[in-house]
Amino acid sequence: MEEAAAEQKYNFDVVRWFAVMTAVYLVVGATVGVYIASELAWPVLNLDSPYLSFGRLRPLHTNAVIFAFGGCILMATAFYTVQRTCGVKLWSSKLAWFTFWGWNLIIVAAVITLPLGLTQSKEYAELEWPIDLAIAVVWLSYMFNFLMTIANRKTKHIYVSNWFFMGMMIMITLLHVVNSAAIPVGAFKSYSVYSGVQDAMIQWWWGHNAVGFYLTAGFLGIMYYFVPKQANRPVFSYRLSVIHFWALMFGYVWLGAHHLQYTALPDWTGSLGAAVSIAMIIPSWGGAVNGMMTLSGAWDKLRNDYVLRFLIMSLAFYAMSTFEGPIMSIKTVNALSHYTDWTIGHVHSGALGWVAMVGIGALYHMIPKIFHTPMYSQKLINMHFWTATVGTVVYIVAMWVSGIMQGLMWRAYDEYGTLAYTFAESVEAMHPYYAMRAIGGGIFLLGAVIMLYNIIMTVLKAKSEGTVKAAQTAAVTA
Amino acid sequence: MAFNDPQANENGMQSKAEKNVWLLAFFTFLVVSVAGIVEIVPLFYLDSALPAKNIPGVVWKRDAGQSLDDWKEGDGVRPLKPLELAGRDIYQREGCYLCHSQMVRPFRDEKERYGHYSLASESMYDHPFQWGSKRTGPDLARLGGKYSDEWHIQHLKAPRSVVPESVMPNYPWLLENTVDGETLKAHMRGLRSVGVPYTDADIESAAAITGKTEMEAMVAYLQQLGTMVKFQEGVEYRE
Repeated sequence: MEEAAAEQKYNFDVVRWFAVMTAVYLVVGATVGVYIASELAWPVLNLDSPYLSFGRLRPLHTNAVIFAFGGCILMATAFYTVQRTCGVKLWSSKLAWFTFWGWNLIIVAAVITLPLGLTQSKEYAELEWPIDLAIAVVWLSYMFNFLMTIANRKTKHIYVSNWFFMGMMIMITLLHVVNSAAIPVGAFKSYSVYSGVQDAMIQWWWGHNAVGFYLTAGFLGIMYYFVPKQANRPVFSYRLSVIHFWALMFGYVWLGAHHLQYTALPDWTGSLGAAVSIAMIIPSWGGAVNGMMTLSGAWDKLRNDYVLRFLIMSLAFYAMSTFEGPIMSIKTVNALSHYTDWTIGHVHSGALGWVAMVGIGALYHMIPKIFHTPMYSQKLINMHFWTATVGTVVYIVAMWVSGIMQGLMWRAYDEYGTLAYTFAESVEAMHPYYAMRAIGGGIFLLGAVIMLYNIIMTVLKAKSEGTVKAAQTAAVTA
Repeated sequence: MAFNDPQANENGMQSKAEKNVWLLAFFTFLVVSVAGIVEIVPLFYLDSALPAKNIPGVVWKRDAGQSLDDWKEGDGVRPLKPLELAGRDIYQREGCYLCHSQMVRPFRDEKERYGHYSLASESMYDHPFQWGSKRTGPDLARLGGKYSDEWHIQHLKAPRSVVPESVMPNYPWLLENTVDGETLKAHMRGLRSVGVPYTDADIESAAAITGKTEMEAMVAYLQQLGTMVKFQEGVEYRE
């Protein structure tokens, strides 16, 4: 009854589409990831084809998981939660549909252009200039609709999840516009307007804040709505959320320079980046504690609420990777870890453990509400939880071992004072861990496939029973 | 005052921002802008961003009328010649930067494995930079001149035929595809507009590369990497 009233009051149509596409893109992005991971273990899989070679598919993997999966869940959840927390319908349904189709066309354009080798060659900002322009327009349509919906709200205060979503939208606009500034020299070819050291700093200002805002602030917006909702309790501390928000907005932006320790970037910049990185443990853990302690006094819910398990596990990974990151930014650690697989492992403990898990948890919470029918199978959700967790752990353990081993082999000296290993020997030593990483990724992918199946079956059930239509036409006493 | 009560301080800044989305957005914009202003903007005007650029032999001071072919070893960093630039375009297209860095750090082991540490000036014409972030393969910043052209061709065609442990893809298509001088001219004009000092004559000279294979372009690019500056003993290139 309550959900039927929500259905009639709000626009859930566009949320339904974004939600289903999220599940599709997780499978697509993870499949490409497992494939390129396998290429590193068994290079014959490059098949001598330009379109399947590692260097062209790797950007496809990162774009698919960040912008296709990440983008769709951020748009689904932001549009869903902003309506429910503000008590009003989206400011413009037409604009929301424009965002949906625009974003998905951009994803299609990425799938076509990246294997063709059309790239700006800036990490996580590879898409060429015509697509970059489209991203700017669609992104602004998303932000404007979101802000206008808040402006129209019925509540007095703006709920905390909306601050985080909004912070993400503002910062990503700034980052995208500055970092992607390029001079076009052909229909799908351009050069960055910056060069060398300045370009490096701007790139990692973008690179780290794609993580800090897109994949952290945005997903904290998800956390601040869905954890309390699923646990059916208020957020642990309102004040902690205020500190968490402003410290995160201020602090994260400094961190990019820690990607450039010991490079030709002036030393003070990297050191500043590292110093703020270490300080960031405090707000990050404050946020994680705020999420987890929301369950305080109700931990027993974890026993049979599989959705809550995803959400809480994601916060554990969030706490872990926001501890690991500052450690890796310390110069002496960075001297070892930089350029190695440890970085890849760190990214994936955040991406699989935190981003994907909290997104998946939100999806499992939302699907029954927007399709007005319980999930097809609770058992499959539980299976997904274990495959996702085990897959993530196998992946990051493989990368810890290989990364630290690489770093140690590169700097090892023998008794005569000469380098102990050739580079090729270090590559050879990675093979078992690259295979193990592909297996870990494969387990995670299996979970994503299980979720897609579960969601498709739920949607089909909703369709055959006409639950959405019933909710839309049910008599509601408002 | 309740611990969990947003209305606790109704007239504070936080409370005001929480009730006005435009104010909240404006505050947020201010707060996220600070780091960029402190860390990025100075790199465009501080001399310490390119500390070695005035040391003789680091950046090529070209006289009027000189062509890129008048550059001699030891003259310092110059813009890439058309064929080398064509190679760089291919390097970007194939995503080489995802597995190879071009940034030697000032460590003993890196000096012995790769060579002199990299200078900011060495990538001053690199739009975008190619420092990379990962060494699935070795650093390439000082690759030029270490191997013969024939070795590179064989290695790009079939890496495991020369380095059995390699996990690099084969690039057989580089032998079949050719580069186009007219396209390169447009690329050079674009780079000139963002600050790479190409002359009209440099740009015209790109016509000559039409018909060369992508393999030739790639090898030309790889063979110049890290060779433009001749490092002097006892000179401090970095503060």
